[in-house]
This record gives sequence, structure tokens and C-alpha cells, in this order.
Amino acid sequence: MNALPELQPILASLTERFGAQIQPMQIPRPNEVYFQGKMELVPGFCALLYKEWGARLASLFADDARAQTGDFHLYYVFALDAAHGFLILRVPVPPSQPRFVSLTNALPALNWQEREIQDLFGLKLEGHPNARPCALHDDWPAVHPLRKDFALRTVLPPFAGERHKFRVVEGEGVFQVPVGPVHAGIIEPGHFLFSVAGESVLYLQIRLFYTHKGTEKLFENLPLAHGVALAESISGDSAFAHATAFCHAIERAAGVEAPPRARAMRSICLELERIYNHIGDIGAIATDVAFVVANAHAMRLKEQVLRLNEQLAGNRLLRGLAAPGGVRSDWNTAQVEALRQRVAWLRPEFESLVALIRESSSTRDRLETTGILRPETARDLGIVGLAGRASGFAHDLRRDFPHAAYADVTFTVPVFQEGDVLRRLQVRVDEVRQSFSIIEQLTSALPSGAIRASLPVLPPDVVALGYVEGWRGEIFHWIRTAPDGRLARCKIKDPSLQNWPALSEAIQDNIIPDFPVINKSFNLSYSGTDR
Amino acid sequence: MFDILYHSLATGVVTTDYPKTPAQTSRQSRGRPEIDAPNWKDARAAVAACPTGALSCTDGPETRRVTLDLGKCTFCGFCAEADPAIRMSNVCELAARHKAELTTTIQYQLAPDGTHQALLSPPRAAADPRPAALDAVGAQLKARIAKVLGRSLHIREVDAGSCNGCEVEIAGLNSPVYDLERFGLHFVASPRHADMLLVTGPVSRNMELALRKTYEAMPAPRLVVAVGACGCSGGIFGTNYASLGGVDKVIPVDVYVPGCPPNPYALLHGILTAIDRG
Ligand code: SF4
Repeated sequence: MNALPELQPILASLTERFGAQIQPMQIPRPNEVYFQGKMELVPGFCALLYKEWGARLASLFADDARAQTGDFHLYYVFALDAAHGFLILRVPVPPSQPRFVSLTNALPALNWQEREIQDLFGLKLEGHPNARPCALHDDWPAVHPLRKDFALRTVLPPFAGERHKFRVVEGEGVFQVPVGPVHAGIIEPGHFLFSVAGESVLYLQIRLFYTHKGTEKLFENLPLAHGVALAESISGDSAFAHATAFCHAIERAAGVEAPPRARAMRSICLELERIYNHIGDIGAIATDVAFVVANAHAMRLKEQVLRLNEQLAGNRLLRGLAAPGGVRSDWNTAQVEALRQRVAWLRPEFESLVALIRESSSTRDRLETTGILRPETARDLGIVGLAGRASGFAHDLRRDFPHAAYADVTFTVPVFQEGDVLRRLQVRVDEVRQSFSIIEQLTSALPSGAIRASLPVLPPDVVALGYVEGWRGEIFHWIRTAPDGRLARCKIKDPSLQNWPALSEAIQDNIIPDFPVINKSFNLSYSGTDR
Repeated sequence: MFDILYHSLATGVVTTDYPKTPAQTSRQSRGRPEIDAPNWKDARAAVAACPTGALSCTDGPETRRVTLDLGKCTFCGFCAEADPAIRMSNVCELAARHKAELTTTIQYQLAPDGTHQALLSPPRAAADPRPAALDAVGAQLKARIAKVLGRSLHIREVDAGSCNGCEVEIAGLNSPVYDLERFGLHFVASPRHADMLLVTGPVSRNMELALRKTYEAMPAPRLVVAVGACGCSGGIFGTNYASLGGVDKVIPVDVYVPGCPPNPYALLHGILTAIDRG
């Protein structure tokens, strides 16, 4: 297959620079091009793509392919937003020398992803500024769960208590405030260690992976048909987005596209997921600055979206509708009508909620200039999704890599430069309005016909990258197939994994009492990160 | 200020008066699967389709025992898609005090080709395995707890490893639509103030200690409610190197609330069951 025309000049420049040092491997899809090259090449490859072509590293992960090729493989996935394509560099790591070179000093965005590979695959990091365990906590025995010779059901000795040594922050009047893993609110577990001088936060250390539950390993042990149910449980508030990214990967591996009606239904559900989460977050941000009336109205609206979800998918969190090849069940006219009416009802209700918040000057005071993530920092950390867009780093897979039915609708992607809590709120407000419009465009011309394409049984060792722009940001599912309709690997990339470090940056020089609202303005998924 | 007041007055009361009026779920909502046991021809297709192992069967020489465990079931409906003898109902209030009450077994006489020849025993909830005397003590204790805690209860929520789906619904209990506080129920920030622990799972290896410590920090008498398929049984994650399974693997559980996630009615029903107001 030929690569997209927009990718051709980039491929030519790579060939010119690296010649025979990189081997073009395969182009399974026009926007997904694979190369293979040695470890030494990676920094130069990255530098060329970043500097000359504005690439960003969307994902870095490993795969144990010792049984197939004798090696571990590292995959560096570059997104070229302007060229609408992904370039993927595969780097073999021989088991005799299980190590790889860190790029974190040049690309801080890779920090956690590199450490996760070290933990889960036992490939030793070289030159990383902080190569301590990340995905597996410090008390874990020396196991590497994503190696093929590690069994899913291995029984490990019980957790013996936290032994993590946090970095020491010293100075006159500096003290430390530990929070978590069990928090005061109804939220997921994680540990935050604030180093504080007076009221201001000097440094925030975040320790996650408390909810690590072996999800990626479990994918390798389930029949493909059950994978969708598991994908729905990666991050509960993004159940539909994750399940759809998973289905997208399978469809791309099979070379099958979901029928138009299914694609429209997917986009509608992705937007409903965006709407209910954004409205919930708008309310929660209001709560955290003590404007509880606004939250009550937001919760009321969110409930109406959840009830609509139930009518459309049989489940309030849109579980059970996604399916490889399309969607599982069709909507009748009554359901489509309910959708149309609910959105028509929501529009003015949402506007009056927004007006309520906008007219509260004390709320604005608390949100403006609070928790600033500067555009340069957002770029360095590779921040994705709504948090990136509030800090001037704007990309959106719906626009740059149209999936589902996003090529058939018009919408704008809101961008702000200030990067404070107020702008992250404003991005949400603007996005909800766009979501209403997207749903209206799709329902007014809902394609008829089939809702599910049939999929062939996949041969082993087919690789494919599935992607979806979830409400937090881009979600990737990369798969490699195994014999008998199973998976040899399913790498899940939730936007949260990429965005957590932004929180440490945004909280600096703010006061601890503002932490809840700053944290909420990102609202990152712990489970999506920890898996 | 006036705007805020006007907005709220114009909205009016939106709170349900559940449980006085029954749960309002839509027709499309998927709850407990209903099995047409007398007319079920072959359990194997549905069992193979079930992603969580909620539906399972074991074959003897000429008989088959089919088990449906609502503690594992995510109400995904795959079984109903695979087999016309199964239908998804929208029944969601399924909380139980004993895990065994969540399990139904059916027995069939098998034909040589593995299909069902005759129904040997109709759907039956598994018997409570504990001796009756213990049960009486338990009932007394429960009555006392209900008396002490029944009118005003403080709840501490702990996510012991969930996907956050259950949290979305639990947080919704505070919305004006469900308004937990009208029952005298109240979420608190510390286990030291709590009478009830509402725990979602599966319990991850990394959260085991934190869950245990949270439980130990509570004053007695204390109640534990396990929420969701993962909290009840480990759900689709089951037990693996990083997951210990259901909440009762780590601390004693008083009430199990099935669902994936349980909707707000199911959650309210579960919490009220724990204090005998269900
Ligand atoms: S509804 Fe889903 S989880 Fe429940 S028994 Fe049927 S297939 Fe299994």
C-alpha cells in the first residue's frame, strides 16, 4: 500500500538522512507507516521529525516478540498532525542486552512511558534522570508482567507497604503534606506529596498506579470477542471511547471499515460521552470554588444525559454498544427522536448554566490565573486533549485524523493561550456547544443501512493502531494479533498518562487550597493511567 | 444573586421520591438476565459468549449444572444475543446480604449431543452456607446496627482499584435528582467519621493495604458495601497478578450490589438494604 501523499516528503527526507540505516517495513494503512532501525538512530530520528516536520511522540511502548523474531521491540509512534499520518519506528532489543537509551532529557514527555517499559518488560533504562520504578510499586518482587514467560495468574506475595522514597525538598520553613492514596472525595486513588513553603506549593510529587490491575496482560488472555467488554473497563468515564478505539484497531487490522450508519452512531456517542463528562466537570470546578448551586444544576443536566445514554445504549455509561465492525444494536426512530429532543432541551439549559457561572465574578476571580500551564511546558510535556488546547497546544484527532463520522461534520477546535483553570473550563464550555452541533448535524442526516461489517478471522502478527479522540484527549490502542483469534499484545494509551505531569507544573506557586480545583480542571483518569 | 435564586425557583423540584415510587429505568436498560429455563435447549453458546464467567456450566456424565452469578454479571447482554432463551430484563435492584443469594443454578438432563433433554431442577438460589445459629446471631446484630445507624449514616467511599465507572454513579447520588441526604445519609471525608464503607473494586494489589487500613480506622459498628461486579467478585478482571478480586477477599462485606456500574437506584437500594430500610 502507498503512504498518504502528505507523508511522502517526510518519508523522502528520512530516506535521504538515514539511507539504509532504517528499513521501511510495511505500510499496512496509508496513514500508518512502519520503519525499523537500531537504537542509536532513535535520537536523530526524533530530532529530524520534531524539528523539521513538527511531529510529536504520541506513544512509546514495548512488545515481547521473542518467540517471533527473537527480540523485544520498542515502538516509537510519531503523530504528524499536519500530514495526517503516523510514522512508527520499531527498534529491536535483543534479550541478551535488555536495555534501551532514555530520551527523557530531550523529550520530557517520555518520562513515565519509558519507566513503565522498564518495569513491565525488564528492559533497563540508560541515561534516564529518574529511572525509579513507576508502574510497579517499590515493594514488588522482581517480576516483569508483560513478558511472555510471566503468567497472568501468577500469585505474588502480599503487598508489604509503601517503600517509595520521595525526593527530599529542603529549605527553611519547607514542610511536606502527604495526601492519599485514599482521598477525601469520591475519586480514584493516588498519592500526592506536596512540598510547601508557607502557603505556596514548591513541588508536587505524584505517585500513581495504585489501580494497576493487569489490564494489558488480560487482553492477551481473552478471546478477541471479549476484549471489547474489557476495553470498556479501562476508564469508566471513557468506556465508549476506549471500546471504540479497541474496535478501530481490530477493524484496521482486518482492513474493514464500519458502515456509515455505525460511524455516525459512534460519533454521536463519543460526543455524548464528552458532554456528560464536561458538564460534570464544569459543575465540579464550580463546587471546588464553593459555587454549589451551579454544581447542582450541572448534576441535573448530567443526569439527563446519562438517562439518554441508557435509552440509546442500554447503559448509562454507554457500555455494551461498541462492537468491532460497527455497533452492536441499531436505533429505532423513537430513540433517534429522543436523542434529538434531549439535545434540543439541553442547549438552552446548558447556556443558562454557563451564564450562571459567567455572571459570578467571585468564581472568575478564583479561576483566572490559577493553575497555569504555560504553552512551552505543554509542548515539552506533549500535553494532549483539552488541557493542551487550553495552553495553546492544539491538536485533535477528530480534525487531524478523522475517524468515526468526523469527516462528515463541521466543527471548530477551541484554543486558548493562557493555560489557567478558567481556560480549561472555557474549552469545555466551547466543546460542549460544538458537541451539540455535531450531534445535530449527524442526526439530521443519519445514514441508513447496515450497522456492522463482518470481520474475517485475523491471521497472527498483524499490527494496527486504533485511535479515538476521547473527551480528555487522544486514546490509542495498538494491537498485534496472535493465532486463534486472540491478541499477542494490546497497548492502551490513555491521554491521562501523558497529562499527569502537567498537574505538577500547574500547581507550582499556587496554594494547597487551590489544588482540588486545579486537579479537577485536568480531571485525569487514574485507572486509564494505571490500567 | 437574584439570578441564582430565579434559576433555582424556575427549575423547581427535580428529586425523585424513590423508593416510594419504583425505579425509573428505561425499557432499553439492561439489568438482570432472565433465563427461560424450561425451554433452554443448550447452555454452551451463551456460556461461551459470557465475557466475565458469570454464566458457567459444568457437565457430569449425563447432567449439566448451569450457574448464573449476578455478582460477576455486567449485564452486557452477550448471552441474550447468543441464545433466544435468555432475555435482558431491566431489573436493577439486586443487592444481597449474602453472596450465595446472587447465584442461581439450574440442572438439566443431557442428550448425547450435549443439548438439554429435560429440566432436572428449576432455577434456584444457592443455599446460604452458614449454620442457622450463626445466622440468628447475625440477625440480632444486624437489627442493632440498623437501630444505631439506621436514621443517620455516614458513608466513606473507597475506590480499591475500580475503572471509575462506579464512582461516576456514586457521585451522582449527591445530585439533586437522587439526593442521598434526604435519607439522612451523608458522604464523609474520613473513615474515622464513617459508619459505612462503600467499596468499589477489584481490589488491586497496590490498594490492599490502604483498604485494610481504612477499614481499621473506622469505629465499630461498621458496615461494608461492595459495589459493582468488580467489587462483588473481581468482575472481568477476576484474580490475577495485580488484582485480588472482590472486596470480601480483603475485608468482611455486609451487602453486595451487582451492576456494571450499578445505577443510582441499585446503589440506593444496596445502601438502604444494609441498614434494613431497603
Ligand atoms: S449479561 Fe453478560 S456478564 Fe451477564 S451472564 Fe450474560 S453474558 Fe455474562
